[in-house]
Amino acid sequence: MPRRTMIEAIRDAMDVSMGRDERVIVYGEDVGFFGGVFRATQGLQAKYGKSRCFDAPISESGIVGSAIGMAAYGLRPCVEVQFADYVYPAYDQIVSEAARLRYRSNGDFTCPIVVRMPTGGGIFGGQTHSQSPEALFTHVSGLKVIVPSNPHDAKGLLIAAIEDPDPVIFLEPKRLYNGPFDGHHDKPVTPWSKHELGEVPDGHYTIPLGKAAIRRQGSAVTVLAYGTMVYVAQAAAEETGIDAEVIDLRTLLPLDLDTIVASVKKTGRCVVVHEATLTSGFGAELVSLVQENCFYHLEAPVARVAGWDTPYPHAQEWDYFPGPARVGRALVETLEA
Amino acid sequence: MADAGMLRFHVPEPEVRPGGTPDFSNVTIPKAGSVPRPEIDVDPRTIRDMAFSIIRVLNRAGEAVGPWAGLLSDQELLEGLRHMMTLRTFDARMQMAQRQGKTSFYMQHLGEEAVSCAFRKALQPGDMNFPTYRQAGLLIADGYPMVTMMNQIYSNEADPLKGRQLPVMYSSKEHGFFSISGNLATQYIQAVGWAMASAISNDSRIAAAWIGDGSTAESDFHAALVFASTYKAPVVLNVVNNQWAISTFQGIARGGSGTFAARGLGFGIPSLRVDGNDYLAVHAVAKWAAERARANLGPTLVEYVTYRAGAHSTSDDPSAYRPKAESDAWPLGDPVIRLKNHLIQKGVWSEDRHTQAEAEILETVIAAQKEAEGHGTLHAGGKPSTRDMFEGVYAEMPPHLRRQRQQAGV
Repeated sequence: MPRRTMIEAIRDAMDVSMGRDERVIVYGEDVGFFGGVFRATQGLQAKYGKSRCFDAPISESGIVGSAIGMAAYGLRPCVEVQFADYVYPAYDQIVSEAARLRYRSNGDFTCPIVVRMPTGGGIFGGQTHSQSPEALFTHVSGLKVIVPSNPHDAKGLLIAAIEDPDPVIFLEPKRLYNGPFDGHHDKPVTPWSKHELGEVPDGHYTIPLGKAAIRRQGSAVTVLAYGTMVYVAQAAAEETGIDAEVIDLRTLLPLDLDTIVASVKKTGRCVVVHEATLTSGFGAELVSLVQENCFYHLEAPVARVAGWDTPYPHAQEWDYFPGPARVGRALVETLEA
Repeated sequence: MADAGMLRFHVPEPEVRPGGTPDFSNVTIPKAGSVPRPEIDVDPRTIRDMAFSIIRVLNRAGEAVGPWAGLLSDQELLEGLRHMMTLRTFDARMQMAQRQGKTSFYMQHLGEEAVSCAFRKALQPGDMNFPTYRQAGLLIADGYPMVTMMNQIYSNEADPLKGRQLPVMYSSKEHGFFSISGNLATQYIQAVGWAMASAISNDSRIAAAWIGDGSTAESDFHAALVFASTYKAPVVLNVVNNQWAISTFQGIARGGSGTFAARGLGFGIPSLRVDGNDYLAVHAVAKWAAERARANLGPTLVEYVTYRAGAHSTSDDPSAYRPKAESDAWPLGDPVIRLKNHLIQKGVWSEDRHTQAEAEILETVIAAQKEAEGHGTLHAGGKPSTRDMFEGVYAEMPPHLRRQRQQAGV
């Protein structure tokens, strides 16, 4: 089976979708001729023409707003916001328009769009190229929110997102584009070509939205993670020798609550991890759901490991990033509690 | 000479406030028929002055004059008059229904009826409007059932939107009327996107974007102009300048540009101003812009110069911020009276027939209202179910919403 980087897998998902369905249109800043700053759309304009893949003005609200109009017309736009940190000018279009169009028009108009954006830190991007704004979208009724953690999932989830009848926010952990990253920034990164989840089948396949995956079986504690933190959590388990079960949520909204509840009821302990800032983060929702659904099975308080509640710093990146040492400490404390 | 002293902060003010004498002497009104009608493939650079003039067809004597006249038959004009009168009567009844507590909120069109009623007749089936809350004439003039509009206003059991939207936020794909958000300006760039999609699909349908003078200050307006200009989108970009954004006079959004139409010039978009109270002029300019769009000539920006004679909404009191008699002093008159006088002048209409038509229309609107109220009003009679509240958030209801619906006991 061919191995691909996450960028190649994402590009392949758009290529497959554009080949199968003429309604799929791809655009964004630097997306056309150049193929995007991360090269996710490289070659698509040459293959499908300028009407199907093109450069957009630097206007995120314009990109998403026009995509909503295209979707209302009957196309299936898959647009790129260059960094998740740049999505805020489009927030009104996403929250007030895309998310509510089906509801407010009682299905008269719908909004099958995908908004792709690189998310998360680990690349010395400072406060404007490192944020993880997923909670700003999981709080919005009408959206679906995806954070893939590997090339195989990224392709299958992106094709499913493009085919979904509702608006999907597709957050791509940019630190994972070239290989799994476990938080050990001082060690060489394993490329996807050497990782089994870098195996990406050719052609069309989907991974259903709303289904988590168990990345590491374990019996002592459940770790709920997504994106880059899946690998950080796995490293923390290995390094502490704790028999943790690591769940890769993959879709945050709608959430696979069944998989979470089954695991926590089995282990009796839970640690929630994410890169995003702690306060009002998606972890708060996860902790709350675990408490509501697993309270009588819990043997310890549910712990959270997250980014500190500061803007994402530049020089202090590795003091900020919740690496394997911090996650490991939380695992130990949860077991000792 | 430049003033090198202390910096001073500038806040524009309208000419007159409550208690003052209305004064529109600063509004230059060109003579009807005086503005030329260029070919649709005109080089936009040669018609920049049109962004600072006003295209008018009906003169003070009620005659249709000049190069923009002569597009509509007597029958079509009589029909147009009926649409405007219907909208006005509809508004009056719904305004009253709100005061009677039958709904929470209403927004009327008083003084602006020509804009949406005449524009609709310049479009073809399949074209799509992205309206604001003050273009219900697009529906009335397209034969959308008044009962359905009222069902929506009352949020009753027959409301096509299942009680989910504020009154007047209609939606009808079938009638080329995009779902109204209630947010401002968001629909402007969406209209451009719809038009881009039509061009990408090698279709022949065009889009029309709508916005008010105040909301042109939103960034989505400017994004829309960039996208429309860059991709030559087949879209008519409408700005309804009714002088007032709730209590804020148009000078606050307009700044130093002179006119709202002039906003289009920097984008190379042909930009026209038209007498928004002149049914014939609105229709002629809309048709010109629609033909340009359909001929792959790209977007046109049209500013409709009109006046919001009524309150912004049922929650507004204009006497607090503008002279009461200001609307009587508005130099472009009333759109219904002007078209009525034109038709009388042509010998195809009379005061008697007008009075009779008013009575007939009132009867029709009351009949529709009775039928709608049979399905309930906001606080009485049939209403959408609590179950409806949970439907339609997604194509397929996700597990968390299903659980919440169960918790709600429905």
